[in-house]
Amino acid sequence: MREYTDRALNLAQARGATYADIRVVRRQTQDIEVKNGIVQTLSLGGTYGFGVRVVADGSWGFASSNRLEAEEIDRVTALAVAIAKASAISKAADVDLGPAEVHVATYDTPVEKDPFEVSIEEKIDVLLAADKEARAVKGITVAESTMGSQREWKTFASTEGSYIEQVLTETGVGMVVMAAAEGEMQQRSYPNSFGRHQGAAGYEFVERWDLPGSARRIAEEAVALLSAPQCPSGVKTIILDGPQLGLQIHESCGHPVELDRVFGTEAAFAGTSFLTPDKFRSFTYGSDIVNLVSDAVTPTGLGTYGFDDEGVPAQTTDIVKDGQFVGYLTSRETASQLRKIHPDAPERSNAAMRADGWNRIPIIRMNNVSLKPGEWTLDELIADTDDGIYMITNKSWSIDDRRLNFQFGTELAYEIKNGKLGRMLKNATYTGMTPKFWAGCDAICNKDHWHVWGTTNCGKGQPGQVAHTGHGAAPARFRNVQVGVMKD
Amino acid sequence: MLGETRLAEIAQEVLRASQADQTEVMVSSSNAHLTRFAANTIHQNVSETDVSIRVRAIIDRKTGVASGNEVTPEGIKNLVDSAQTVARFQQANPEFRSLPSPADVPTVTAYVDATAGFTPMARAEGVETILKMSRTSDLEAAGAFSTEEQELYIANSLGVGVYHRGSVASILTVIMGQDSSGYGAAASIDVNDIDAAHVGRTAVDKALSSADPQPVEPGDYTVILEEEAVADMIFFLGWMGMGALSVQEERSFMSGKFGQKITGDNITIWDDGQDPRGIPLPFDFEGVPKQKVVLIENGVAKNVVYDSFTAGREEGKASTGHSLPAPNTFGPIPINLFMAPGNATKEQMLASTERGIWVTRFHYTNIVHPVKAILTGMTRDGTYLIEDGKITRPLKNLRFTQGILEALSNAEMLGSTLKLIKDEWNSMGTCAPAAKIHNFRFTGMTG
Repeated sequence: MREYTDRALNLAQARGATYADIRVVRRQTQDIEVKNGIVQTLSLGGTYGFGVRVVADGSWGFASSNRLEAEEIDRVTALAVAIAKASAISKAADVDLGPAEVHVATYDTPVEKDPFEVSIEEKIDVLLAADKEARAVKGITVAESTMGSQREWKTFASTEGSYIEQVLTETGVGMVVMAAAEGEMQQRSYPNSFGRHQGAAGYEFVERWDLPGSARRIAEEAVALLSAPQCPSGVKTIILDGPQLGLQIHESCGHPVELDRVFGTEAAFAGTSFLTPDKFRSFTYGSDIVNLVSDAVTPTGLGTYGFDDEGVPAQTTDIVKDGQFVGYLTSRETASQLRKIHPDAPERSNAAMRADGWNRIPIIRMNNVSLKPGEWTLDELIADTDDGIYMITNKSWSIDDRRLNFQFGTELAYEIKNGKLGRMLKNATYTGMTPKFWAGCDAICNKDHWHVWGTTNCGKGQPGQVAHTGHGAAPARFRNVQVGVMKD
Repeated sequence: MLGETRLAEIAQEVLRASQADQTEVMVSSSNAHLTRFAANTIHQNVSETDVSIRVRAIIDRKTGVASGNEVTPEGIKNLVDSAQTVARFQQANPEFRSLPSPADVPTVTAYVDATAGFTPMARAEGVETILKMSRTSDLEAAGAFSTEEQELYIANSLGVGVYHRGSVASILTVIMGQDSSGYGAAASIDVNDIDAAHVGRTAVDKALSSADPQPVEPGDYTVILEEEAVADMIFFLGWMGMGALSVQEERSFMSGKFGQKITGDNITIWDDGQDPRGIPLPFDFEGVPKQKVVLIENGVAKNVVYDSFTAGREEGKASTGHSLPAPNTFGPIPINLFMAPGNATKEQMLASTERGIWVTRFHYTNIVHPVKAILTGMTRDGTYLIEDGKITRPLKNLRFTQGILEALSNAEMLGSTLKLIKDEWNSMGTCAPAAKIHNFRFTGMTG
């Protein structure tokens, strides 16, 4: 492999690049989906290629190809340099990557049971068992369960001298069931929505979540929701379960602290951020019990890796500490830009540059952005709530381009009255403004309730990239939240 | 790009190697280029060359799929072996009928040499046209200019063998002031149709005119939705409920409504993969010719689109040529949507509005309730108050939560021209007019 990576790096420099890196990525996937008793999907996927990223004339260029051959490496590298030189016609300043990052290392995701070694029959049996349990409940129209594994072999080399090899493995499992009658349709998911819950782990992750053991419960909930009353509207106290809170963190904290958004480089597509540089270390993001961290090291977190796609080692960063906004997700370039505004900001990137495969340029992505646990048990939290709504599992999400105004809907909700769970409610939604919402956070459940939830569908960038991110969360309570916006 | 002959050779190599009862192969190749800009400078500039091979093997009604991008004899053999191996692990699907048989596919011109040959420097020059306008007005521009060529060959063991190549060029920009923003965009299969100066001028004008926006109370308003906002709603209708599987699974707003009025009389929506006004694709991912399918006609729910699997589940139905690549559990969807125009100009819509809100486009639209076709989302990049037939002041952005069928029942006027809106994530295009709609529900301010 070094023969190929050296070839690209040498040619890039010969053509005038002042910096270059090359990533060679092989991705292997296996996906199984069972729908209504039938294995609808059994597919193996593979993709292989390389991408060359260069700085020439002070600007970026990137080119990629699926053919890792000497001649193609030459063509793609020359194209990357030509693209960089074309980019330079509109540059405002030369790219500044800050201090060099030189690492020669390897990293493998810790895996107890290699998911690609577990037989397909065993996996299908798990999904069929869950499917059977769900469809035993009268009124279920669709039961869909999935299991998937992904492995990436990544080689990163740079003109600064880095050479990093990583093997990253993910495994996921999940189920959604639907019930429909008389123009109403309701769904329930387990363990999380968006098809499945996924982690940087092996097949042990699947075994932990026991899909067949929960299928009947969620099916019964879906059917019960059809005749449940509409969630009432009003300003209320709400408790969010872990998966919903994970998405709330993702949308209202993770995205606005991406420093490329802050500097406007995603403005035309994903949007910008309300957490502008003037707010760095001088803005109250939430109540003083709110502590949010970004890391790429939490075991099983879907944003856990050894090095990011700029070759920066994984680390942990405080984002919100005791309610105060203190940190961004950064790249090498944006970390340097921030220091021009805040000279005391960290000198180095905190390793948040990730690319969706060999054919995409790295951009700032969340790794694991998590809310630290508090002190409560869930039972204590409910018992301490006189009048509220407990909302469970995301169904709908939308947030504005600055990440201030959001609206979420959940699959399931329960009324809380006098410290006890009451009626099941359907079509629950809540809406708010990010800092006001987090200022209303007055209780967070403890570490026994805390888990890193995986999000496999985070879209960003042009051309579009999908990232897999993790969000540690335990159920938490929020006061004075606007619940319900739908017409009855 | 490998060309039709090479793609056909790869496909035949797959079919020859397969021992399955039926085999399908999809081979595609593409060259995609994108120049991205922000803060009045180009910050990302990328190029990608790729090939994809997807093999579907059916053995005793058991289906296995394998995909890869290694075009070597060994890589192709591995794919075929993998597809057959996973098929053998499967259970038989009693609802599977057959892969489709050959049918005549019309040739659609969708490839323009100028688009395919557009250089990085030419894209940079187009971008620089916009950036100069932005700098001159003391604004900040962001956006992307992309050009792409792609080709697709689909074959199966029953004799299907169809080829299509297309190109698409797209430019969009968001230009921002201190407290304002404006949007401009254009898309076409021919890059020569892209007028970067016009796109830039539109966005600059909106950014300047939307400065110092004021809040307005949420509530029901008459709205004038520009084409991007209407296309957003139509795209979601197609995604949520205009495919046969969504009806069969009772998760569609069309379920039980065929023959009934679900929108106003002036609403007709269809899908047509042959129409060059969109981004044509003359056949689907099973190689079946795409039919024009009228989905809503004069307000009445008429049809949904089918692939061969969903057609086989209903008596008397045939595929309309709307399958997605195998495997998928979502079912067929329309990806070349058109909404019939009316006869109004946007100026006429404005002049006829006593009080209302002008919406340039929506942001982060998403489904709240699929069966009721309720969406939520926000306005973005040019939202204005209309009073007495005139735009009187810019507004802070608003969140809507609205049943889209209800909105399309309240469409008083439709624009006389269609605009092609390209999806950001793929080469799907929706052609939609502007619309004036009363009682459109805004449920919050976005700050």
